[in-house]
Amino acid sequence: MTTVFDFTLGLGDDALIAAQRLGEWTTRAPEMEEDIALANIALDQLGAARLLLTYAGELEGAGRDEDALAYLRGDREFRNCLLVELPNGDFAVTVAKLFFLAAWQLPLYTALAGCADERLAAIGAKARKESAYHLDHASLWMKRLGDGTDESHRRAQDAVDQVWPYVHELFVPAPGAPVDPATLRADVDATVAAVLDEATLTRPETSWAPGGGRDGVHTEHLSYLLAEMQVLHRAHPGARW
Amino acid sequence: MYGNDFAPPEDAPGGGLLGEVEAAEAALREAAARARRGGPAPDEDAEAYFADVIDADQKIEPRDWMPEAYRKTLIRQIAQHAHSEIIGMQPEGNWISRAPSLKRKAILLAKVQDEAGHGLYLYAAAETLGISRDELVELLLNGRQKYSSIFNYPTLTWADVGAIGWLVDGAAIVNQVPLCRCSYGPYARAMIRVCKEESFHQRQGYEILHTLAHGTEAQKAMAQDAVNRWWYPSLAMFGPPDGDSTHSAQSMAWKIKRFSNDELRQRFVDMCVGQAEVLGLTIPDPDLRFNEERQAYDYTQPDYDELMRVIKGNGPCNRERMAHRQRAHADGAWVREAATAYAAKRAEQKEAVAA
Repeated sequence: MTTVFDFTLGLGDDALIAAQRLGEWTTRAPEMEEDIALANIALDQLGAARLLLTYAGELEGAGRDEDALAYLRGDREFRNCLLVELPNGDFAVTVAKLFFLAAWQLPLYTALAGCADERLAAIGAKARKESAYHLDHASLWMKRLGDGTDESHRRAQDAVDQVWPYVHELFVPAPGAPVDPATLRADVDATVAAVLDEATLTRPETSWAPGGGRDGVHTEHLSYLLAEMQVLHRAHPGARW
Repeated sequence: MYGNDFAPPEDAPGGGLLGEVEAAEAALREAAARARRGGPAPDEDAEAYFADVIDADQKIEPRDWMPEAYRKTLIRQIAQHAHSEIIGMQPEGNWISRAPSLKRKAILLAKVQDEAGHGLYLYAAAETLGISRDELVELLLNGRQKYSSIFNYPTLTWADVGAIGWLVDGAAIVNQVPLCRCSYGPYARAMIRVCKEESFHQRQGYEILHTLAHGTEAQKAMAQDAVNRWWYPSLAMFGPPDGDSTHSAQSMAWKIKRFSNDELRQRFVDMCVGQAEVLGLTIPDPDLRFNEERQAYDYTQPDYDELMRVIKGNGPCNRERMAHRQRAHADGAWVREAATAYAAKRAEQKEAVAA
């Protein structure tokens, strides 16, 4: 059984780590408009993370607030999916990661908005509007890159090949959770197929399906990400900022 | 909850300046309502008409005749301003990944995003003068146009993010509030919008320093160290002293500039002293004291030789800032090409359907 706490913490960690990766793009994007868009999406993800982590802390009842959860857990205690912790790579890898994440977050938050838990329903209702924008933005870029130049097509296909195996983890069944992610598969597949088709891109044929993030077994990338994110907070125990 | 979600302390800066921005906005509306003459009279030459508009404190608009030197000065100034917003994202962007709380991270992300928006807004204002953003970006990347010297200093600790907000944004606002009344309409309107957000950023920076200065000993020391490093570079942001300023007189006659470098610098110093006291931090100038006769603070001038070295490219981070911008531009070339190719394909399709 997945508790509401486990579930909320997992979603909060997804959003937090996604925000951290997107934030790395600031000042590095291919054009100024995209710098703004990526920061905007990072800010949305961070906002959702704060709401989810705050609620997770309350559910736990051990006095941990959003910052205690974000800054004082080690990588074995993080519950995010592996997809969000993968390095940014080139712009195509970032777009592919965002596209798959948003294609999953949109139906997830939409379902959450109708769940019995009032706090989660409110968070879902707010976050789904943002996810719709993220999905729209990432879909447009998938098409621009996939159906742009030969070079961009090659990079976009590489990115899909690289990232796709990590999508399976998003649907690991969570019986008892307010929304069981396993129920989202058909919806996400339909979105992905439509956009990739138009982008002239294909999903790779592979049975490799890495996972473990929900159990705190991550890739080698997460520990470095946390080291950077937490360094200042940990250097001043108990300080207010 | 998504960012700018704190109540500013009552003693926070920005209030008076924001009032000035609002007054400038009202003046702009009034000037527009005074129904400027539509153009020169039949027997009047363009130059006389231009002078008349400036004298009447009305706005020159993109289609109006203007002296070539006026156009060039404005392009140079607005472009430099836009470049500064874009390069200025780097020193603060440096701390997004390490911001010490999620609230601070959100505020900082929102702020850096605002700066990119200011950059775009200013490039659009510059484009009304007949130059394209691509050309301006090219001039930045090949070093032929400048950006503010301040962004060539490194952000070494979290407190630097606070010091940039309080001092650097503070200096920027003092400099920019009078530009809300600049004679060129698109620039004046851009400045009104930019100043409103800058004043918010300044309060955020002040609040960071306030929290640090009232936190642990280590936090307070971090805040003082940041103020020590950013004070003089911020004073230097107003440019060389009046005697050495090459563009000032003409810009003031054209009502692009409204006050001299030294006047604005003095205003900034006077504003900061009280705020530093409330913060509980010291301004690193042993000779700073109130002059009863002038009703203003006497202060030690920044090192203008250092300013010239930084402007000429030899500050601590000039090379890094430029290399970073050039790399982002070069790394993104294939993405921009893809977007162009995709748009062309869509346009072709549309044409085929229409035919």
